[in-house]
This record gives sequence, structure tokens and C-alpha cells, in this order.
Amino acid sequence: MLRVEEVYKSFDGFMAVNRASLHVGRGQIVAVIGPNGAGKTTLFNLITGQLTPDRGRIFFEEQDITRLPPFAICRRGIARSFQIANVFPRLTAFTNVQVSVLSQQNKSGKLFRPATNMAIKETYDILEHVGLSDKAQHLAGSLSHGDQRILEIAIALGNKPNLLILDEPTAGMSPEETKRTMDLIKGLAQVRNLTILFCEHDMDIVFDVAQSIMVMHHGSTLIQGTPQEVRENKEVQEAYLGGEDA
Amino acid sequence: MADTNKKTLLLSTVLFIALLVVPAILPRFYTYIIASIFVTALLAMSLNLVVGYGGLYQFHHCAFYGVSAYTVALLITKAHVPYWVAFGAGPIAGAIVGYLIGWFCVRLSKLYFGMLQISLGSLIWALAFRWYSLTGGDDGIHGIPVPDFISSTKSSYYFILIVLTISLILMYIIIKSPCGTTLQATRDNPERCEAVGINVRKHQLVALVISTFFAGVSGVLYVILEQSVFPDLLFWVLSLEVFIMCLLGGWFTFAGPIIGAAMMVSLRTFVGVYTEYWTLVLGVLLILLIFFLPEGIMGFFLEKFGAKAPTEDHGGQH
Repeated sequence: MLRVEEVYKSFDGFMAVNRASLHVGRGQIVAVIGPNGAGKTTLFNLITGQLTPDRGRIFFEEQDITRLPPFAICRRGIARSFQIANVFPRLTAFTNVQVSVLSQQNKSGKLFRPATNMAIKETYDILEHVGLSDKAQHLAGSLSHGDQRILEIAIALGNKPNLLILDEPTAGMSPEETKRTMDLIKGLAQVRNLTILFCEHDMDIVFDVAQSIMVMHHGSTLIQGTPQEVRENKEVQEAYLGGEDA
Repeated sequence: MADTNKKTLLLSTVLFIALLVVPAILPRFYTYIIASIFVTALLAMSLNLVVGYGGLYQFHHCAFYGVSAYTVALLITKAHVPYWVAFGAGPIAGAIVGYLIGWFCVRLSKLYFGMLQISLGSLIWALAFRWYSLTGGDDGIHGIPVPDFISSTKSSYYFILIVLTISLILMYIIIKSPCGTTLQATRDNPERCEAVGINVRKHQLVALVISTFFAGVSGVLYVILEQSVFPDLLFWVLSLEVFIMCLLGGWFTFAGPIIGAAMMVSLRTFVGVYTEYWTLVLGVLLILLIFFLPEGIMGFFLEKFGAKAPTEDHGGQH
């Protein structure tokens, strides 16, 4: 479904992504792991168009999306969340999701019809699904950090994506929130038939949820394989786990 | 929410009716001042569409107001076209220039947007100021004829009030539409908007065209009221004043800029009578505002008594 072929990206001579490749099959949950600064976020930004790679190509459903702007990539069915809570703080939680649903339905440009009775059901369905429906009328900026992260996922769902990319969905969350979020993500994959690509620091979560894991180190892909293969790989143990026994 | 909506509607209707009887009671001078507030208020509201709702630093908004006013003036005095054609052409000219300047500006972000906007707008001012044979330069154009039935202060007052009301209703509908909601989202977080499939630049450009169109409407009303135009209409100082009106009144509120415009015009008229340093009073007011009412006057009242604070509303149910 998604194929990243040997992409490179440098910032002022620093190779943030140095020959990374990735393969995501339909219906899979794929994780990208690697130490801080390994280039995981940069790789995601390359996929969703916030950045363009210096070299290499990215294919989504067999079509080249390498140099498309972010909004065009999104319209092809890739939605994402960001590492830091990235919501619309002055709008209500409901409107946050509604903006995304309206965009998906191609109604963002409608001028003379009130938005208050458009896309209501779709929006509430999503809020219900992620468990935020009781906070629909709160301003997004006033929600707790954990709720803002969940809202982010809800915004991404508004686009009815085929592929959902989550950049450290549980960063900064308490253990309970983390569990709630991961359950939600697993549920999404099943109920909405989503393909999910995410990166994460917590190894327990990764090995628990992911069907395929890609390991990044200094911007390069070390290996992509099943959790079992990754766990047994010598290079990974050295690079990522610092040579200790896994 | 529905309750506050009804209250607002009732209040607006009462206000509208009150404004209808104003010319019958007040002397001509005051009628003129209020009409002048209307024209300025529409200009400020149109600016607030992109500043308050769009988060764009449109520093030189008067350029479009002036372009429209000059278009009307030139079409009537030089080309002798029918009045209504000229009145229609003004806002369209404003919107076209708004599109052209906006096309370049939306490619830049925040302050750079503002800087480019103010430079391109100033070019238009220079054109009006220097092209003596066409625009009359510094002297402007005076004694522009307008149709008889709106030539008196009283009748032009009514005409302006009606056009203002229609424009406000249209703007309100636009803000509440998906387009307006999305615009507010691009203000809050353009990066996120791109990631949900919104073409942010295109959306901002649409907002700019709408905003400059209404600035153009305001320009037409100016010509009807004053029957003259001069280069100060598109000078950056006036743009700054209009920007301050939005801040004064509250730029995150719909009606805020009207209050800002009313204050500004009253200050200029009534304090200006006593001293040419009326801007000193304005300066002090602004300092007080920044310290005590950072959300503007309207923003303050809404927070105190009004529709905002949905958080508490909802919390009560649990």
C-alpha cells in the first residue's frame, strides 16, 4: 500500500534521513522504532509531504506521491497526527473534527450554508468512537494534554483515511492514558479497517501491537521484519538496545 | 446557545429600528457622523474577516477601499457610465486588486505577508498620488454626482444603513459557513489544515477576495456620502487606524470592529475639535486596552456576560 524507496533528507549538511526504506501492506499495523534523533519524525514528514526528500521516491497505492503538497497527499487517503498536540485551540472539539470531515467531503469552500448543520452525524460518530463526545463543545485549547492527543487522532479520522500515520501517539501520556490510546488504536484498525503506521518509544507497546517493525538508526533503515525477526537481529540489539541482552 | 442567538437577534433588530429613526430626531451633523461610522465600520468588519478570522496580517487594507472609491469616481466623472454600473464596478475592482496582491502575499507567512502587502498597497497609493492627469493627484476628485434620491445626508444615511445591514448579514453567513469555519482553522493551525487536506493558500486567497470585495462596498458608500475622493483614502495611515479599530473592538468577535470604528470616528470628530493631538487620547486608550482588555471591548463583554464559556456550561451536566 505504501512503499518508501531509499529516501534521503539532509538539513544543512546533517543527514536526518539517510537511505530509509519502508513497506506497509494493506491492513497492517506497522511501527517505526529507533533512538531519539534517528529520523522517525522526519521520515513521516517526508511521507505526508511536510518535507520533500532530496532523493528517493514514495509510492502510495502504486502512485508516486513524492513531491505532492501535504493537502494533496491527504486527499489520496493518508491522514496523520503530530508528535506535539496539533489541534485548533480556539475552536471547539466538535469543530476541530468537523473541519476535517468537511474537507473530506469537499465542502470546505461552501459559502452560503450554515456549517452548524453539516457533517453533524459523521463528526459525532468519530467523537463517540474516540470517547470525546461529552467534551464536544469544549474549546480544544482547554482540553487536557491526553485529550488533545486523542482529538488529534479524531481529526485524522475525519478524513476517512486508508492509511493513518501516528507520530508517537502516546508521548507525554500517563500510563492509563497510554493504555486507553493503544486500545483505541487497535480498535480502529479492526473496526474501521485502517492501515496504521506509527512510531513509539515504549518497546512493550510496539512489540505488543505491531505486526511489522522497521528499525531506524542514524537515519538509515536497519531492518524491517516481524517482531520476532527484529528481536533476534544482532545489529538491532547492538545499535538500539546498546548491546545488552534484549 | 439558541437562547443567546435569539437575544442577539432581538438586540440587533431593536438597534436597527433605533438607527432608522435617528435622522428624524438628530441634527444633520450627527446623522452625517453616524453614516460616516457606518462606512468605516463596514471597512473594519471586512478587514476583520481576514485579520480576526483568517489570522492574516493585512496591514494595508485601505488600498482596496481606495481602489473601489477611485473606480467609482473615475467611472462617473470621466467615463460617464450609469451610476449603478459604477457602484457595482467599485467592489469588483477592489476584489480583483485584492486577488492580485493576495496571490503574491499568501505565499509568505505572518509578518512577511504584512510587509509585502503594505508595500504593494503603497504602490497603489503612489499611483493615485502621482498620476495627476487621471486622479487629480493630491487634490483628489470632488463634486462627484450621485443619483438624486441618495444625494442628501438623510437619504444617503438610509442607503448606507441598508447596504451595511445586508453586508453584515452576508458576512455573518459566510463566517458561519464551512468556508468560514475552515478559515478559522487555518488561522489556528495552518500546518494541521494542510494535513487534513485543505489547500491553505487557496483558502486564504478566497478569504482575501471576499474581504477586499466588502472593503470595496465600503469604498462605494464613502463616495456616496462624501461625493469626493482623495489619496489619503488609500494611505497606509488610514489602514493602521482600521487595524486599530479591530483591536479596540475585539478582533475575535463579529461585532467588535463596529464598536472600534464608532470609537475611532467619534474620537476624531469630537476630540479632534479641541485639539489636533487627538491621537494622544487614542494612544492612551490603546495602552489601557492592551493592559486591561487584551481581547478588545466586545471580547471583554462577551466573556463577562455572553455566549462564550461553553466549558462551564457543559461541566454543569456532569
